[in-house]
Amino acid sequence: MKPTDTLQPDYFHRVVDCQWACPAHTDVPEYIRLIAQGRFTDAYLLNRASNVFPGILGRVCDRPCEPACRRGRVDAKPVAICRLKRVAADHRDAIDDRLPEIPRRKNGKRVALIGAGCASLTVANDLMPLGYECVIFESLATTGGLMRSNIPSFRLPGRVIDDEISTIIDFGVDLRLNTPVHSLKALLDEGYDAVFIGTGAPSGRELELPGRHDTENIHIGITWLTSVAFGHVHSIGERVLIIGGGNTAMDCCRTSLRLGGKDVKVVARKPRHLLKASDWELEDAEEEHVELLLNHSPEAYVIENGRLAGMRFSRVEWHEDESGRLRSKTLDEVVLPCDDVILAVGQENAFPFIERDIGIEFDEWNMPVVDETTFQSTRSDVFFGGDAAFGPKNIIWAVEHGHQAAISIHKHCQGTSVRDRLPRGVNLSSRKMGIHEWSYSNDFSALARQAMPRVDLEKRFKELEIEVELGFTVEQTCEEVERCLNCDVQTVFTDSLCIECDACVDVCPVDCLTITHNGEEQDLRKRLRVAALEIEQPLFVSGALKQTGRVMVKDENVCVHCGLCAERCPTAAWDMQKSTILIPYASDEDAGTDSWKSLKKAG
Amino acid sequence: MTFIAKPKISYAGQPKNALGLSMHDYEGTISTLCAGCGHDSISAALIQAFYELEVAPHKVTKFSGIGCSSKTPAYFMSSAHGINAVHGRMPAVATGSNAVNKSLYCIGVSGDGDSLSIGLGQFAHALRRNLNMLYIIENNGVYGLTKGQFSASADVGTKAKKGEVNEQQPIDPVITALGLGGTFIARGFSGDKEQLVPLIKAGLKHEGFAVLDVLSPCVTFNDHEDSTKSYAHTRQNFHRATRLDFIPPAEPISAQYEEGESICVNLHGGSNVMLRKAGQEYDPTDRARAFAYIEQHQKRGEIVTGLLYVDAEREDMHTLANTIDEDLIDVAFEDLCPGSAALADLQERFR
Repeated sequence: MKPTDTLQPDYFHRVVDCQWACPAHTDVPEYIRLIAQGRFTDAYLLNRASNVFPGILGRVCDRPCEPACRRGRVDAKPVAICRLKRVAADHRDAIDDRLPEIPRRKNGKRVALIGAGCASLTVANDLMPLGYECVIFESLATTGGLMRSNIPSFRLPGRVIDDEISTIIDFGVDLRLNTPVHSLKALLDEGYDAVFIGTGAPSGRELELPGRHDTENIHIGITWLTSVAFGHVHSIGERVLIIGGGNTAMDCCRTSLRLGGKDVKVVARKPRHLLKASDWELEDAEEEHVELLLNHSPEAYVIENGRLAGMRFSRVEWHEDESGRLRSKTLDEVVLPCDDVILAVGQENAFPFIERDIGIEFDEWNMPVVDETTFQSTRSDVFFGGDAAFGPKNIIWAVEHGHQAAISIHKHCQGTSVRDRLPRGVNLSSRKMGIHEWSYSNDFSALARQAMPRVDLEKRFKELEIEVELGFTVEQTCEEVERCLNCDVQTVFTDSLCIECDACVDVCPVDCLTITHNGEEQDLRKRLRVAALEIEQPLFVSGALKQTGRVMVKDENVCVHCGLCAERCPTAAWDMQKSTILIPYASDEDAGTDSWKSLKKAG
Repeated sequence: MTFIAKPKISYAGQPKNALGLSMHDYEGTISTLCAGCGHDSISAALIQAFYELEVAPHKVTKFSGIGCSSKTPAYFMSSAHGINAVHGRMPAVATGSNAVNKSLYCIGVSGDGDSLSIGLGQFAHALRRNLNMLYIIENNGVYGLTKGQFSASADVGTKAKKGEVNEQQPIDPVITALGLGGTFIARGFSGDKEQLVPLIKAGLKHEGFAVLDVLSPCVTFNDHEDSTKSYAHTRQNFHRATRLDFIPPAEPISAQYEEGESICVNLHGGSNVMLRKAGQEYDPTDRARAFAYIEQHQKRGEIVTGLLYVDAEREDMHTLANTIDEDLIDVAFEDLCPGSAALADLQERFR
């Protein structure tokens, strides 16, 4: 293999698994270190720079970082990254004086943002400091979009949403509530320099089966959650069936329990491992004694005497056919009695306000054609982001879409190419303080993952508003931060210094180093001290070593970044250096590549 | 050295041997030797060898004398037995232990000072009685603990860190052992585990006294340019006389070893060692020729390594002394100590 080019920005970025997996590339290890030092406000602001809503995401993020966390490969359970984010948000001080300054003289460009959800708000957050005038159009009477209407308040209290959104609105955003946009053409005619569409995926999917329209007791999940959130619905029957196996189904069942549901069942067609709900959301529902019925395919609503009496299901068995597709085989039928049915079988986009003759192309599924890098539509002044761009995803993706769309809008308004974007960069700085001293917590902590303290089951159902998760205690935080492996403190190797004494190889607690003869990647992976079977994880290969011409190979897979290789190295061929991944935002674009990087380095 | 202990981490995919132990289970305490010391690599090679031989740590006794080298037993197999003896007197203590517990693996780790200066007599006599042990000499040519004076194995012409030149003849442990009639004589290099690990395994399985001289650079006092025991010098002048493969009892000897090109040596307990000649005429069972070969290469400044001489037939101490089969610990007290009448009887026979 060729020597690894570690200055290529993606190499060390990939080693920081959590940051690599995060759509917004939040610098997780750095903010965990700040929390460990009690610098909650700094940790909050570092989060805010990339994910904009740390308080909200610290509660309800889909957490792609956690399954990716290296700790999960070392001792089964990842660091509780999401929970630590909430610690920063819960304990921070006021941040007003540390937010970017909003220029009083505007730059003369006006941007319309449709929908006051996380995508639009991120765009406003990025563009306001650059002097743009941002106008947000929202059809509801309040901000937050699906974060407020669809995520129950016992998971995400309204005050947390208010707090983080008002920070952005207070930049001077022209927020127009109760103002649905009925015609994009009319809006464009008002002379905006750019329009961003962040309207989410607001319509719940139907389940048309016999009896669907013969009763009032069948509800569309996300519409029903919205009605609950805005106080239009206060109760539900005692026996409730939730149809679907995603996170909306979990929110519906847990909400039902708080509105009078006693016997609440979630019924899904697929086996458990194929359900779309996150593992922890399934566990939370089961903790509240929601029954999960798997492999039940809905057939009909059972209506007796004009009232909903239950639902009929086929019980099925799944197997793979020759082409590897899952096929079901019906075993028998069952009728489950119920008072209400809530349908949580998916969400869809709806763009009734976009005329089809204004230069915005739609594809065969009636979705707008949107560029995956620039978020520009086929009409150069219209951009999409969040669920509106590529269908339902989650908050953290919407935030990243917002950042990228903001860059594009800025470039579009300044008359430069939206394709000409700043590349990512990487900055390295040594963590060596002196003999046996490293300026990061490099002792491996064997502690197990902390469990989130929760409100007792009896108490939590009394009111809809009672937040179930209490947040980590000080003691829990102190222990959990030490579980982080500091994957951003990289092992940096200088081959010309190595005397091949094997000290690093011998001391490595996870056997990830090997000095051997070079070869092709496949062959090399087999010849390491412990075969490197996780092919998604990169190998580091040095240049030829001075004494024997062999190479130093490191399997990045389970390195715990303890720094013992550098500690043991007699010639300082290994060093521990903190990598900072430089992620460009709209505000960086004006600076140009070189000055931007030097600016970040100095900062 | 370091103050940061190596953490014990069981990671996904960590290999285990037939006893269900990982390599970490064969480790010792945190090393207080200098970072980059060859001795630490030898500890790691020992860990690997015992792990691969699937030896239960409690079936091993470790011995050492005094010196940097003699700290080694602390750095592998914490759960094995061990005695840190007086300077140069380790062979006597090992003999005593082995006399009563012959079923345990016996391994001594010594240095060029401990074995070739103060302990030369002890070393020679342990070899003479063919004590069943692996005797490792961690050889770096200097007294590291007392800040780098030449040891008895320093080569003529080598320079100390501050510039003095050594003019006294070195005592070469390999030549010495050959002269004394050793039954297993090998040399390795701490920077080459590929060769060192099989040498350790073969030495452990050899029934008799196995001398393993390991060149182990002193990274602090003897790794400079004009040293003949530095990493760089050793690598430049490294000469393999034989390539050795250790073959555990259950494994068949594969056909890749062609007759005439390789020699099979049967060791105790069914293990075999296959010696492949590295291109030149070398017969590790012919003592006189081994002697000549090493001498000849040494004159050219080459460091001859590999299993250099082996005689698996010669009887070890227990066989020579006609001892009982069991360990004395397994013998009933009444038999071990038959009482004063029996003692009086015995004494009577010597009057």
